[in-house]
Amino acid sequence: MAGRWHSDQADHVSRDVVIPLDRLDPAAVTAAGGKACALAALAHAGLPVPAGAAVTTAAYTQYIAAAGLRERIALELSRKDFADMRWEEIWDAALRIRNLFLTTPLPPRLRERLARGLGERLTVGPVVVRSSAPGEDAEGASFAGLHESYVNIRGLDAVLEHVRLVWASLWSDAALLYRRELGLDPRRSAMAVVVQELADGRRSGVCFTVDPRDAAHGLLEAVHGLNQGLVDGTIEPDRWVLDRDGGRLLEHAGAEREQWVRPTADGVRVEPLPEELRSRPPLSDDEADTVYGMARRSEDFFGRPQDVEWTFADERLTCLQSRPITTGAEAGDDRAAYLSLRRSFDNLVTLRRRIEEELLPQMMREADAMAGVTLETLADDELYEEILWRRGRYEHWIAVYSVDFIPFAHGVRLFGRLYNDVVHPADPYEFTDLLGSGPMASMQRNDELESMAAGLRTGVSIDASLEAFLARYGDTSWGTTTLAGQRETLRHLIGELAAAAPADEPPTAGPVRERRDAAGTQARAERFLAQVGESEREHAREVLDLARASWRLRDDDNVYVGRIEGQLLGAVAEARRRGTLPGAELDRLAAPLHPAVVGRPGTSAPAAAGDDAAGEPEADAAEVRRPGHGEPRAVRARQLLGQPAGPGIAVGSARVVVTPEDISGFRGGEVLVCDAVDPSMTFVVPLAAAIVERRGGMLIHGAIIAREYGIPCVTGVPEATLQIVTGDRVSVDGHLGIVVVG
Amino acid sequence: MQREEIEAVLRELFAAQRLAVLSTQQDGRPYGSLVGFDAADDLRSVVFATTRATRKFANLMADPWVALVIDSRDNRESDFHAAVAVTATGASREALGAERDAAAAHYLRKHPALKSFVDSPTCAMVVVDVDTYYLVRRFQDVVELHMRL
Repeated sequence: MAGRWHSDQADHVSRDVVIPLDRLDPAAVTAAGGKACALAALAHAGLPVPAGAAVTTAAYTQYIAAAGLRERIALELSRKDFADMRWEEIWDAALRIRNLFLTTPLPPRLRERLARGLGERLTVGPVVVRSSAPGEDAEGASFAGLHESYVNIRGLDAVLEHVRLVWASLWSDAALLYRRELGLDPRRSAMAVVVQELADGRRSGVCFTVDPRDAAHGLLEAVHGLNQGLVDGTIEPDRWVLDRDGGRLLEHAGAEREQWVRPTADGVRVEPLPEELRSRPPLSDDEADTVYGMARRSEDFFGRPQDVEWTFADERLTCLQSRPITTGAEAGDDRAAYLSLRRSFDNLVTLRRRIEEELLPQMMREADAMAGVTLETLADDELYEEILWRRGRYEHWIAVYSVDFIPFAHGVRLFGRLYNDVVHPADPYEFTDLLGSGPMASMQRNDELESMAAGLRTGVSIDASLEAFLARYGDTSWGTTTLAGQRETLRHLIGELAAAAPADEPPTAGPVRERRDAAGTQARAERFLAQVGESEREHAREVLDLARASWRLRDDDNVYVGRIEGQLLGAVAEARRRGTLPGAELDRLAAPLHPAVVGRPGTSAPAAAGDDAAGEPEADAAEVRRPGHGEPRAVRARQLLGQPAGPGIAVGSARVVVTPEDISGFRGGEVLVCDAVDPSMTFVVPLAAAIVERRGGMLIHGAIIAREYGIPCVTGVPEATLQIVTGDRVSVDGHLGIVVVG
Repeated sequence: MQREEIEAVLRELFAAQRLAVLSTQQDGRPYGSLVGFDAADDLRSVVFATTRATRKFANLMADPWVALVIDSRDNRESDFHAAVAVTATGASREALGAERDAAAAHYLRKHPALKSFVDSPTCAMVVVDVDTYYLVRRFQDVVELHMRL
């Protein structure tokens, strides 16, 4: 997206900020968006539509012009070329932008005009607040599901806050990615919002006037209660298939009716379905006919097949929405892949159970079994078989990493959004302060090294402890080998730790860094939960718990997979010693794999440019010749931009770590500069003044460890290990995401 | 960024801009002026014109070290993320004789409106031999190009 942002062109259409649906010209899509105009059209056609109003794009434009918000959004997206951002980095920016919308108040005059325009009807009783973007539901580009909707909102303040959240969804990760793919510039997009009376539907559903599975049929789906459960897939509907030619009912497939979605005091909730409704289909056959008939009227009116949302409120059939059916081919459906990157809460709870109860224990058992094999006693052909088997397991676990572990990290993001929606904090990443409650594997290891360092300080011999440490963790992967051979490096690190006595001021500028402590974290969590509404508190607690598990796992899974990799490398090393297998073959079997960010199995991975694999270094990073510290360089980076992944500011001498050999030179107080923090590098984090990573993301492994240790961290710095040279003096500003070199 | 990339950005910027802010100083007291500038094709020098009775010229004679700032702002809020700015530092000297004639000719192709001004014998053509360009983009991204290495 090259080019500059221009202030909005004069809108020759009305500058009204609110237009009631019954006065909205259905052609005014630029002002009111697709959804509002479709509803206005349906009302004109005589279909029953709940009363409501459109908050126009003019309102959005006025809002973002206030308080420099438009430019604040631009600055958030300017840290690097949008085309080079990974999905994670886009999500991170989207969270920050969303928080801008939450913390930037409406200008008083605009607020007043909105209140007046919405009137009492829409600011007292319960309403739905939904996106209505121009271009949404248009031919060739369906934004369905990408922007946001909120159900059962009451009161002016809540309505206006949710209008802002719908505006913010123009800048969500999925919306940004989808627009990037379509070649649309979000900076030229605007958002309108529909505010409508909530139809308290006892029976609701959707109707496709043309069945996606068979063009000769229509398809009707219905549930008890509100539509939400059906639309987001948590509640299975009853289904009716009808013959388009004549409208005859062909088939009714009942569902297991166990739950329904009902409004609560301040939202909606999935509840168990009352006993007497479980055996009753949401619609009688006659009612199914009536609903289908209404949907066909919409199709006739619009002249194209329609996807119609409907409900029976007070026993009156009401049309909630009607939009053209988009086929998979038309939508191009990488949209589905983007949506699948974010997992729902229920999905993640299931995934957590599988990870904690099946996958991780299984990985541990396999690693233990491998460790139990005495490689030297294997015959040559047995050794070869063992290597092949270990390679197979390594590939398997890397695939699991991609498909299960990486998506599980989304638990952290779910919590982040919830926290920010409740608290409206100044720092949109403050929520991470609530997450580190359990011991992380790498920190536990580091604590053992710290104990040995304490021993050294008092003159105690650490030989036995070190041997025990190596025995326990020796199979951790270390570049192309394992930790087992790193006795000297570990001695050096322990020595460095001993030299930096814990009570000392760190040799850097800025406040003394603090390692996170469990008591403080718990206190923060309690304060947050107290702010959550009563009816939502239990859910918030569950989301927090899930997020903590996700947070912990980001470190732990690295450690566990590192062991498997280490066991593979150990076997390969034995084969090399024997010299019985060709070197090239061994190289192939030992070649590292990098997990990739993929959509759900069955969906295509997002093909977005810049979406590099989670752990894959930039091409040739290890092979490029790096200038020495004193060598003249014609081109020098002076200030590098990245993401502010760990707050604080620190100054120190850079130590660029490309291969694990580089770790053996690490001195206390240096700044770790790397492509991405891997299991071998976590050992130096307690010594480091700050961390700089090429890989981007606020919530990547290196950022998490940096926050746990309270040191500044900047991520997403392109070519970090090429732009910075070991020995360069660097200042790392973790508040702004800037690294100053020299 | 590679050298070629940086130079391409510089060339594009210099072609699109006419004016630069010139910083000079004397006895530790800085001064600023707007000047019409012209960059050499090889980017190793930048030329501007000034009469010799100016404060800026007096400063240059006392201390030849200068900085020039050339940028692409639109004077709008969007400049913060969108504008590009370059600071060129180096030592200045007055071009004389054949060098003056060549510099003036090149300069007037860019600034034909200044012909009467440049032709006057009271007008000096000042050449800044650039030692470093500091390129700022995206508000905070800064890279240095050292011309004399």
